Amino acid sequence: MGMTMTQQILAKKAGLPQVAAGQLILAEADMVLGNDITAPVAIEAFYEMGADRVFDKEKIALVPDHFCPNKDIKSAQQAKRMREFAHAQGIVHYFEVGEMGIEHALLPEKGLVTAGDLVVGADSHTCTYGALGAFSTGVGSTDMAGAMAMGKVWLKVPSAIQVRLTGKLNPWVSGKDVILHLIGILGVDGALYQSLEFTGDGVSSLSMDDRLSMANMAIEAGAKNGIFPVDDRTLAYLSEHHAKPPISYAPDPDADYTRTIHLDLSAIRPTVAFPHLPENTRTVDEAGEVPIDQVVIGSCTNGRISDLRVAAAVLAGRHVAVRTIILPATQAIYLQAMEEGLLRQFIEAGAVVSTPTCGPCLGGYMGILADGERCVATTNRNFVGRMGHPGSEVYLASPAVAAASAVAGRIASPEAL
Amino acid sequence: MNAKGTVLRYGDNVDTDVIIPARYLNTSDRAELAKHCMEDIDPTFVTRVKPGDILVGGRNFGCGSSREHAPIAIAASGIACVVAESFARIFYRNAINIGLPILECADIGKAETGDTLAIDFDTGKIQNLTRGETYAAAPFPPFMKELMAQGGLTGYVRSMLQKGGERA
Repeated sequence: MGMTMTQQILAKKAGLPQVAAGQLILAEADMVLGNDITAPVAIEAFYEMGADRVFDKEKIALVPDHFCPNKDIKSAQQAKRMREFAHAQGIVHYFEVGEMGIEHALLPEKGLVTAGDLVVGADSHTCTYGALGAFSTGVGSTDMAGAMAMGKVWLKVPSAIQVRLTGKLNPWVSGKDVILHLIGILGVDGALYQSLEFTGDGVSSLSMDDRLSMANMAIEAGAKNGIFPVDDRTLAYLSEHHAKPPISYAPDPDADYTRTIHLDLSAIRPTVAFPHLPENTRTVDEAGEVPIDQVVIGSCTNGRISDLRVAAAVLAGRHVAVRTIILPATQAIYLQAMEEGLLRQFIEAGAVVSTPTCGPCLGGYMGILADGERCVATTNRNFVGRMGHPGSEVYLASPAVAAASAVAGRIASPEAL
Repeated sequence: MNAKGTVLRYGDNVDTDVIIPARYLNTSDRAELAKHCMEDIDPTFVTRVKPGDILVGGRNFGCGSSREHAPIAIAASGIACVVAESFARIFYRNAINIGLPILECADIGKAETGDTLAIDFDTGKIQNLTRGETYAAAPFPPFMKELMAQGGLTGYVRSMLQKGGERA
């Protein structure tokens, strides 16, 4: 039986000629990632394991992005713990406030992940790097500790669902709408323990930002990873970001998929996930009258430059009707947005622009919701209490829909403004 | 390895945000996390849970974030074992890695809050002593058993490091 793209990478990293779904392997990691919430727990476990030095100080990335710049004293203590560990171990890829960004936007931007890599991160959205043709998956803190100590991680080889894309996206429709649409089809556990392997001639029309945003939310269908084929656009992106030389893997012609889903990109409409699960999707046309209190545009899903450009295109010359918080995902994106005049457009439209942070997405800070409040967010989860009070509601959407909703004060399509 | 305890039952898609809301993630103190376990789905959980109780869920238990604080909060609450129809994969790894017993069982929806369960981890046999029913769960694969026997991944890695296998 042939191997999927994911299985090819796992076999290589486990030093095996062949792997099969369900097999437990010990695989070598090319990059191990943690943040200010998960790394402190991993650091404790690391020393409890009797480890004293990390396996490779160039293959660990520590990013204080969740509650940083520090939101309170306890968060400051956690960030300090990670900073001291990074310095004591000589971790090369520690990013202090001022250099840091949201981890899953930052690592590709800094060229720290390339095609064919195996990346584990103590953050569930580590699956983002599948957009670059890497195997990447979220793990817990103890896993991160084991990987920092040994450079290895235990993994169960996943089976895979093939997602075959055809056609091209229409104006105002983005990768975010595609992945929300797909999660609506699969359900939040429809790809449990499996890979989502994107393929088909529709892939080439998707920008890298679209692909990053799609791979990012593979976890919201329960998937272990989401992965894209490596094409000219991937190679150009990796080259531009000075990533290590890529290794392209492709599935065997007789690779076994548990299921194939066909998506015609030209048929996908702007899509919104209603509370309290990402699978509760409706097209913006079916959303009905939903008045809102806040909009958040940012996060590891949608805080990249193309996201900000789309938001600015909607907001330019208009004024927001509700509190609107915009978070460029990295310092480089922030600077780019400034140079392109996007920040001025946001501020003149009545939005606030924040330094990079995960803050509001997980209900940390920088935009917490009160009881009964509703937010349209370009983030990735809308669980009960995700962004604040358990009585609040989060509606997941693209930057275009979020910006249009900010102007309308209710869920709206940019086409309808 | 065996467990016997009283069921506290919840539904499908119990996510890590309701198991331990992010507003409490500015600490990793076990006792502090336990104080807020399940707070956003059931504020009475912390007053009802007793040491040795068994947490039961439906499909996709533990979906969402990779926060290990979620199984830590559950274990620190005194829960002896989590049984669900299925688990989100990162939660599953985290529970195994920290030595919290966890079993997948298709029929566990038949158990109700207050029932007494007796669980044999070696065979995966779950007896509902209240209802006189028996449910079959998949027993741990050998690798997981080895991890659990060493108290989780921490003990496992410690022994690998001691053997000098880490630089192999």
